[in-house]
Amino acid sequence: MIDIDTMRNPDKVGTNPGDPLPRLEGHVSHGRFEQVLRAGHFAVTTEIAPPDSADPTEVLRRASLFDGYVDAINATDGSGAHCHMSSLAVCAILTRAGYSPILQVSCRDRNRISIQGDTLGAAALGVCNVLCLSGDDVGAGDHPEAKPVFDLDSVSLAQTIRTMRDDGQFLSGRKLDLAPRMLIGSSINPFVPPIANRADQLAKKIASGAEFIQSQYCFDMPVLKEFMAKARDLGLTEKAYIIIGVGVLPSAKTAKWMRSNVPGVHIPDEIIRRQEQAEKPKLEGRKICAEIMQQIKEIDGVAGVHVMAYRQEKWVGDVVKRSGVLGDRKPWAPEHSFADLQAVT
Amino acid sequence: MSYRLRLFAIRHSRFFESLYNAVNPAIVGTLKGINKVFGTKLDRPITAMEAGLKGVLFDCQMCGNCALSKTGMSCPMNCPKTIRNGPCGGVRANGMCEVKPDMKCVWVQAWDGASRMKGGEAIKDIEFAVDNRDQGKSTWLRIARGEIAEKISDRH
Ligand code: SF4
Repeated sequence: MIDIDTMRNPDKVGTNPGDPLPRLEGHVSHGRFEQVLRAGHFAVTTEIAPPDSADPTEVLRRASLFDGYVDAINATDGSGAHCHMSSLAVCAILTRAGYSPILQVSCRDRNRISIQGDTLGAAALGVCNVLCLSGDDVGAGDHPEAKPVFDLDSVSLAQTIRTMRDDGQFLSGRKLDLAPRMLIGSSINPFVPPIANRADQLAKKIASGAEFIQSQYCFDMPVLKEFMAKARDLGLTEKAYIIIGVGVLPSAKTAKWMRSNVPGVHIPDEIIRRQEQAEKPKLEGRKICAEIMQQIKEIDGVAGVHVMAYRQEKWVGDVVKRSGVLGDRKPWAPEHSFADLQAVT
Repeated sequence: MSYRLRLFAIRHSRFFESLYNAVNPAIVGTLKGINKVFGTKLDRPITAMEAGLKGVLFDCQMCGNCALSKTGMSCPMNCPKTIRNGPCGGVRANGMCEVKPDMKCVWVQAWDGASRMKGGEAIKDIEFAVDNRDQGKSTWLRIARGEIAEKISDRH
């Protein structure tokens, strides 16, 4: 049942799982994710693979794999330039069940008119977090003949959403009746060139409005440590919640393939060797991931980890448990699991 | 050829910065005069001249909002994603572009070029979304007419 009263007033606390939470003082959104971050907890986020289907139950079933292990779920936006259900739709389905999704917006497919419209729509549907991305090249995907848009870049995108939220207006200056209340995020890849300038670039992303950061896969601790040291020197860890990406590698073969075919993925040889030599490579991949998570948690200024486990989603809970990064904390989960939800046919 | 010249210009970004800073006011000054006398009559040849000169040296794409002096003399419009605050996260380990493996990433080049420039710190300023209506216009003429500020840092 739609509670009209709650719909009219986004500050009112509703009774349905999808109703907004009270907006705490100093918070920009109503979201649970922002509450976890601002409370100083070590956050865990993950990525949901949007289905190639019009079935909403498939989204809920996939999300249920993460129940009790993650604080927020990124809904990818045509990642790798492949077509899937849209991020906005996945987020809308997830908010209805009470989850905290992160809307991913890539500049590849939409111009500023479309993006601003979707931002309002997402906020109206209860989405409280947005991640601003440039987006992969269309040539990498299943529609290489498509026209890439790239009207904005990730920095001007964050700026656009901040303008809408904080100034209550479109880029054109036209006033909004109700501004979208969203926590703004951006990405960083400290592991590829220009490595020496990546912290400076992070500073730009934060200056443009990013309040949380999610990084590319980290398999290289020395590089990360250096990057974080620079970020601390620039005072950036005080200004944004920096969440580091980790990956679950199923096999050394996949790792090698990813390294040479997925843009921006850096995996050192010793990780690949370790998995190659392991008796149980799959298990070893999860152990490596959990160990990296533990090491990341030890670094000053890191606010959490982002577990990317494409086609390994069922193992996200396992690596989170193994790593122990959550301590005694159990992230929110719906009262009843959606794992056994009947598919729509 | 032009690609090689582009890389040369970035390698010598310090020199090209000085050249640019010295020549730019003269060009803008001359254009102000021309503008007074001829109005818009000479726009086409002037635009073609800018496109030719900057095209040869920097692979300039005539976005009409020239940012060269703050991007290490590396034209951001050569980035296949036309990123104005780069680079993206897909840069290859060898510094080549994710989309065009035979081209050095425009933004790796930009940060490198900026590190040698006197005003190189300007690369750390945020560049706003480009106005697509200005595509193909002469930045010089726009400055001469006061449509945009001469110094990038004063724009917007
Ligand atoms: S690698 Fe560099 S040049 Fe290529 S798309 Fe990314 S930012 Fe642009």
